[in-house]
Amino acid sequence: MTTATLPQSRVRRSWWHRNQIAVTPWLFLAPGILFFAVYVILPIFQSVGISFTQWDGLGAPEPVGLANYRELWDDPAFYTSLRNNVIWLLLYLLAIPAGLFIALFLNQTVTGIRIYKSLFFFPFVISQVVVGLVFTWFYDPAFGLLNIMLGWIGLGPINVLGDPAYVTYGIILAGLWPQTAYCMILYLTGLNAVNPELIEAGRLDNAKGWRMLRHVVLPQLRPATFIAFVVTIIGALRSFDLISIMTNGGPFGESRVLSFYMFEVALSEYGFRMGYGAAIAVVLFLIMLCFIAYFLWSMWREEQGR
Amino acid sequence: MGSSFKAGVALVALVAASAAAAEQHEPALSGTLRIFSDMSNPAPRAVIEGLAREFDQMHDGLTVDLTVIDREAYKTQIRNFLSANPPDVANWYAGNRMAPYVDAGLFMDISDVWEGDLSDQLASTKAAMTMDGKQWGVPYTYYQWGVYYRADIYEENGIEPADDWDTFKSNCQTLLDAGVKCFTIGTKFLWTAAGWFDYINMRTNGYDFHMALTNGEVEWTDDRVRQTFANWRELIDMGAYIDDHTAYSWQEALPFMLNGDAAAYLMGNFAVAPMREGGLTDAQLGYNQFPAINPEVELAEDAPTDTFHIPSGATNPEAAKAFLRYVTSPEVQTRINQPDALGQLPVNSESSVADDKFLKAGFETLSSNSPGGIAQFFDRDAPAEMAKVAMEGFQRFMVRPDDLDMVLDQLEKARQRIYE
Repeated sequence: MTTATLPQSRVRRSWWHRNQIAVTPWLFLAPGILFFAVYVILPIFQSVGISFTQWDGLGAPEPVGLANYRELWDDPAFYTSLRNNVIWLLLYLLAIPAGLFIALFLNQTVTGIRIYKSLFFFPFVISQVVVGLVFTWFYDPAFGLLNIMLGWIGLGPINVLGDPAYVTYGIILAGLWPQTAYCMILYLTGLNAVNPELIEAGRLDNAKGWRMLRHVVLPQLRPATFIAFVVTIIGALRSFDLISIMTNGGPFGESRVLSFYMFEVALSEYGFRMGYGAAIAVVLFLIMLCFIAYFLWSMWREEQGR
Repeated sequence: MGSSFKAGVALVALVAASAAAAEQHEPALSGTLRIFSDMSNPAPRAVIEGLAREFDQMHDGLTVDLTVIDREAYKTQIRNFLSANPPDVANWYAGNRMAPYVDAGLFMDISDVWEGDLSDQLASTKAAMTMDGKQWGVPYTYYQWGVYYRADIYEENGIEPADDWDTFKSNCQTLLDAGVKCFTIGTKFLWTAAGWFDYINMRTNGYDFHMALTNGEVEWTDDRVRQTFANWRELIDMGAYIDDHTAYSWQEALPFMLNGDAAAYLMGNFAVAPMREGGLTDAQLGYNQFPAINPEVELAEDAPTDTFHIPSGATNPEAAKAFLRYVTSPEVQTRINQPDALGQLPVNSESSVADDKFLKAGFETLSSNSPGGIAQFFDRDAPAEMAKVAMEGFQRFMVRPDDLDMVLDQLEKARQRIYE
């Protein structure tokens, strides 16, 4: 009896048995891979496809070859957006040292330190839309707090969001507020993991202040710094909501970045040039790809090193 | 004999009555009438809800299903629902703004609705609803633009609203000398600057030229266009506009007028309501038509028209057409354009204008003082893409008049691409 059923069940079980370890992770990954492929990978190729056409989103797309890219090449608005993207990338990185500084400052045991920490973390919790509105009022040339304060020392008024010279910096400053809080929290967790014995050893060797930070603390914060870099650079490249809320890309398009320009061209009230928008998106994607490739590569190297 | 005579009379009366009923309702309407509307602000919302309810009650077999969508969100959603899930009636705008949907075959040709009386009654807006010789929708309201000024401030400074360009400028100088800005404006969302361009261009070169320009038939680097900008620049160089206008929306620019820091506002009639709420009485607030610049061109006005259309995918076009006839009828037009409803001008010439100082003045301007023609507004007369590029150029020009050559070159390049 038993001998008759055994081989059958052994065959069935043994296939699963033999492949279980190899198959299980793929089974768990399958939903993720499926959705990632359908909603991320596929649209990338679709965007590239659309960027070679002229399409208003209603009729049939009309292939135009590289015409969209040729037009981008001569489009002053594209260069303004590209320039602003570079400014964003560079200045947004200030969030990292600022976050580190605040984290070091808050990393002490004083009564009520948790309250101070939460207060510093607060801007990251509120929505970007609210941050944008708050800063818009702060900068307002007629009743804004900034100009009232400048008035006390006999300066101003400055029309931050209406002046092409200041507008991008004004928006970046608003963006730095929550981003600094984010970096701060990353560093605060990192500081918890700093080995007190190494600090003690450094102290015995008479390391203090800057030297202690530079040679003992910072190397141990490397993972936190890496993550802070990643989120800050990605955050700078996808800056969109603040621009949309605070200036709508203005004055005369001087505060646009690539992502906002793409939105305006393809999807806004006066837009609907899907092909041209897709071409901008492809350029933005290539820029992001440089960073993403670098991050992936350095993460992979780290794993190999372990 | 007597009874059969009576019966005959009754029969005749019955036939006549049913004929009249048939004329009004045509075949009895049935099914569901789905309306998508962008009338989402409180007063317009009450109007469309009232219309839908009333039309529902008028027709026993018909259910009216109304969906009101936020006015701004509607502008992008219409693209999706017209092709994916078309209602029977949808709101939109007249002029070039409906061109993409007409060209894509998404709006139904409703020239048959316009046949007969309606064409006469809606004559003032017929051109704005016509493309390729056919009509693609009906208007339901429009409003005038003009110079809204603080009558009390004008009086204090001893000036009268101007009818000609020189007085317009000298008035402005008087105000500036008294420490008051001549005009408030908020150009953050660009279109307010286009109002100024529309008027200065129509007064400098006339309605036909303005239409040719927005249709892409004239080069932006043309000397006549430059003349428009030269006239505009006179105001800019005087410092006529409030400072930092790039930071404000049109609503945020209102307080300058309410506080008396600026004396006038070139705006649509919809600005009257917030100014009244802001505390200005009708005695303090005046309306004046934009003055003539070039005496040789006829005056023309901006009067943006809001419309109803039938998507070509409508499932109940008979009911939809009946609804459009109902909305444009003289009685409904009079009612929905009252100050406590839309507070604008009725499109039907047999309607009566509400008893309101500004509506009466606007009606007067549009019906008898605008011989050149009636434009929609820059961003409705020009294709959307062109409007965007141009309005950005106008804003740049208002801040940096010296950039004019660069702006015009860009606009010309855009024109060649967009209208090819």
